Amino acid sequence: MKLPTLISSLLVASLTLGSSALMAADYVIDTKGAHAFIQFRVQHLGYSWLYGRFNDFSGKFSYDEAAPEKASIEVNIKTASVDSNHAERDKHLRGQDFLDVNKYPEAKFVSTNYTPGKDGKGMLKGELTLHGITKTVEIEVESIGAGNDPWGGYRQGFEGKTRFAMADFGIMKNLGPKSKDVEMILSLEGIRQ
Amino acid sequence: MQWKNNKTHFGFIAVALHWLVVLSVFGLFGLGLWMTGLDYYDNWYKQGPWLHKSIGILLFLVVIFRLYWRWLTPPPVALSSHSSWEIRLAHFAHLLLYLLLLTIMISGYLISTADGRAIDVFDWFSIPATITSIPEQEDNAGWIHLMLASFLIGLALLHAAAALKHHFIDQDQTFKRILGR
Repeated sequence: MKLPTLISSLLVASLTLGSSALMAADYVIDTKGAHAFIQFRVQHLGYSWLYGRFNDFSGKFSYDEAAPEKASIEVNIKTASVDSNHAERDKHLRGQDFLDVNKYPEAKFVSTNYTPGKDGKGMLKGELTLHGITKTVEIEVESIGAGNDPWGGYRQGFEGKTRFAMADFGIMKNLGPKSKDVEMILSLEGIRQ
Repeated sequence: MQWKNNKTHFGFIAVALHWLVVLSVFGLFGLGLWMTGLDYYDNWYKQGPWLHKSIGILLFLVVIFRLYWRWLTPPPVALSSHSSWEIRLAHFAHLLLYLLLLTIMISGYLISTADGRAIDVFDWFSIPATITSIPEQEDNAGWIHLMLASFLIGLALLHAAAALKHHFIDQDQTFKRILGR
């Protein structure tokens, strides 16, 4: 095999590999560019919503428009990155009354199945591990959009919402009758690999 | 009783400052432990920290003045009945007490100002944030604040025990001096 032939066959091989990767439906959540947010909200005294978020997390998902029922996602959250825009409150949230981040430094969501609905909506079921306790939660998912980005990539974004009682995950601190539940709002953009 | 210290006696200012700091430190320590365990709906949930921070900042000013006063009018010389190791140990303990006090108050300030918020001192004035970029500032400052405060209380109790030993066992002037006599 002549050298130019070797190079061209390598080129063909890499192009084939590249295009097959493009056909795959694996996405990495764009935490690097911060086009992904894991937010939560809890009622304060029953009078208003208090918002916070986790700044440090990573994850990937798989989504094929042709077979959305095969979609899956995995997200890992560093609990110490909780940020409610108030240092004293964040310190309290990281402590033993709430997230106990020294004992439970990570929270995790791993999907088990996805049921697509109408208009790009669907229901995602999975196992949420928080505060050392793993429970099944259901996340209402809505596809926001997908397409080429201006820099040569392909992106796909979703928003998910779920709600659970903090006590279900062993967080027993009493914040009042209207503040037992936390709502999670997950806004995620993935870059296709 | 004179205002300033002399070679044999503490003056009124030094005695008053000493006992003011004693009262504040033990009060703040108790308040600090108690307020961090309060229920969210407790009346003191907001008032406790407000009082703790206000008094803490004022105490910092008092301690700075106390150090200035100590420099201006040095404490009486040690009793001749004290051995040299006793004097050295006591001086070391005093130095450590001052260092702990200052470090505890600075670390407390760094907790509450970690996000750039100021600390209100009652309704009188507020102290702005300065350093806000230490990694995990509120958590690290909080840990240091609690650890050193516990250590300070332990050391202060030893310091008190030593004073009482001089009073009851040695029956010398040591403890009476800090009462201004």
